[in-house]
Amino acid sequence: MLKLPIYLDYSATTPVDPRVAEKMIPYLVENFGNPASRSHSFGWKAEAAVEEAREEVAKLVNADSKEIVWTSGATESNNLAIKGAAHFYSGKGKHLVTVKTEHKAVLDTCRELERQGFEVTYLDVQENGLIDLEAFKAALRPDTILASVMFVNNEIGVIQPVAEIGEICREKGIIFHVDAAQATGKVDIDLGALKVDLMSFSAHKTYGPKGIGALYIRRKPRVRLEAQMHGGGHERGFRSGTLPTHQIVGMGEAFRIAREEMAEENLRIGKLRDKLLKGLTDIEQVYINGDMEHRVPHNLNISFAYVEGESMLMAIKDLAVSSGSACTSASLEPSYVLRALGRDDELAHSSIRFTLGRFTTEEEIDYAIKLLHEKIGKLRELSPLWEMVQEGVDLSTVQWAAH
Amino acid sequence: MFAPVYFDHNATTPLRPQVLDAMLPWLSEQFGNASSRHEYGRAARRAIDEARGQVAAAVGAHPTEVVFTSGGSEANNLFLKGAAACLKPGLLAVGAIEHPCVIKPAEQLARRGWMLEKLAVDGEGRIEPANFEAVMARKPKLVSVMTANNETGVLQDIDVLAGLAKPSNAWFHTDAVQALGKEAVDFRRWNAAGVHGMTISAHKIGGPKGAAALLLDKRVELEPLIAGGGHERGLRSGTENVAAIVGFGRACELAVQELADYRMQLPALRERLERGLVEMGATLFSSETSRLPNTVYFAWPDLDGETLVGQLDRAGFAVASGAACSSANPEPSHVLQAMGVPSQLARGAVRVSLGMANTVEQIDEFLSTLRRTVSKLQHMIAMAV
Repeated sequence: MLKLPIYLDYSATTPVDPRVAEKMIPYLVENFGNPASRSHSFGWKAEAAVEEAREEVAKLVNADSKEIVWTSGATESNNLAIKGAAHFYSGKGKHLVTVKTEHKAVLDTCRELERQGFEVTYLDVQENGLIDLEAFKAALRPDTILASVMFVNNEIGVIQPVAEIGEICREKGIIFHVDAAQATGKVDIDLGALKVDLMSFSAHKTYGPKGIGALYIRRKPRVRLEAQMHGGGHERGFRSGTLPTHQIVGMGEAFRIAREEMAEENLRIGKLRDKLLKGLTDIEQVYINGDMEHRVPHNLNISFAYVEGESMLMAIKDLAVSSGSACTSASLEPSYVLRALGRDDELAHSSIRFTLGRFTTEEEIDYAIKLLHEKIGKLRELSPLWEMVQEGVDLSTVQWAAH
Repeated sequence: MFAPVYFDHNATTPLRPQVLDAMLPWLSEQFGNASSRHEYGRAARRAIDEARGQVAAAVGAHPTEVVFTSGGSEANNLFLKGAAACLKPGLLAVGAIEHPCVIKPAEQLARRGWMLEKLAVDGEGRIEPANFEAVMARKPKLVSVMTANNETGVLQDIDVLAGLAKPSNAWFHTDAVQALGKEAVDFRRWNAAGVHGMTISAHKIGGPKGAAALLLDKRVELEPLIAGGGHERGLRSGTENVAAIVGFGRACELAVQELADYRMQLPALRERLERGLVEMGATLFSSETSRLPNTVYFAWPDLDGETLVGQLDRAGFAVASGAACSSANPEPSHVLQAMGVPSQLARGAVRVSLGMANTVEQIDEFLSTLRRTVSKLQHMIAMAV
């Protein structure tokens, strides 16, 4: 029995895995102590649970648990990493390098730093969404102190060459931050091998609860940050504020499950995604956005030419999907990520991001394929542009009359 | 099963069962991102709007004055640093007994060109009015005074202080996290009196950790602490923690509904405890002044608070020595220091903060345990001499 709408928006957020919820509830109810309460067992129990969860987060990425700092989410982690490092190292230089396709949490933070007198280079990406390493190298200056490149893009799922970028940055003594919100549980992350200095994590993208994330802060070689949230000195001074035990326990459990089940799960999801891809690429005039090879197995981002974007979303409302990134869905601007790939506004507007996950079934994929064939077909029948294209008209030569 | 008695409600509170019920759907089948346009997202958005209304109603504010944050510490940081970022550095005045999450951001601003004045308190922990007025005459740009102190429970007359601050045109903020649920908290009335920002937190009122709010007068220009995506009208970006926000809303509703009962029940329990403590020769801090109904702060000179508290835990009573937030720090309480309490006595400070679930029996048991424990420790000290 299919539950509608079918959820294919795992990159916007994921359901809390029932095993995660089960582990969390005791720390919401009986074990409600403040982990900073050193004077009684309510506090100690909470603290023990926090440290256990910290260990799980560290294990997923092969880091030391002392390198994991709890935050309220990846958005906060990104702010802390970028502003924290920029301010600490501003004596060395005031230039940062990032990419046009980063999440708003990185881009808006960079803009804020620009207002404070820092200089930021926003790199273009290639048509496949990947960074050109030569272009990256060329953007680095003697006064560059930080580079920020996301591991996996939230809109198109492409995987950036984080290992290579890390080597380049380490060689030049540049702090390297990676937003890994979309990467945990989807790609292997080995901070023992990757030369990454700061890495942001989100729980709710990996079947954990919302409201909790973490920031990896390398200790060897030691990375320093200016704290952004001051107070009781929690998290060794990096981030003050009462730790939400139940949320942390949830993140720990979610990351443990990811570590144990990722390999098998990704195979299954990849097969489903490929079935979806096959099922849709027999529709005329569809374009895949982003490199298919260097891409997580969960993501499919497709533009359907000559279909009006809003009508398309309405037509397929049996599918909970995304067109443009969830965080900026409030505004109807074409996705800046798709524009960075070279897509024009029209094509950007008529794109759909399908992101599959742990609970996606083959039945749901089959339904989606059938629905899209039906609806795209109908919408194109209604489209005068489509009619013209079918008749062989080159739309770019048409003089549109204003009314 | 060893179930200690919980006497540490100012540190955090047990989750109300109705709050758990309200939250559970948002930790299971209702998992949408509130910014998503499909039904999962829209349902989450509606839940947040409803919770925002509940929080606003509980404190007499308009929903558009509610900015959700991940915690009280964050809300305090947001107000102080956010307002400061939109002003040219000037004078910043905060109470000498503020929580570290007000003092530390203030000290951070002091390192960035602001002049910091810590407002003196008297021996009971009340803001000294003459000194306050003198500082206001120097035209501070930002003022922050907590409504109720977490250690002593002492209350400040926020509307009076805000009125005194008005001629300076400072933005006035109050950390009300300890007051909500224990006292009447009315942002509308205070705003009219000159309060522009107020912090409240869910986990102090039987709600979940991870949700809090800054009540904010819309005239205040704030630079957000957390950028990216523009949530909370640009003031606080990041995917909303729907479950915690829903829990916060429900907790606010219940806290206000139960306030009358709370204010009837707690003082009686507190008085019983204090009578017993005085009989045992304890020094009570701030007992002569306007306080939260649930807080008792006391010490024996020559007894180390940490040690006493450890013994009490083993005997089945969870209390606090100094504030939870700084209990890793061996320094005596800055609150007691500001009140002029000598270090020797301050080091013995123990805080009991009661809740509605606590009973007369528990108080009596605690007093007899205390009697034994204090006697034992004093004996050990006498032997060691």
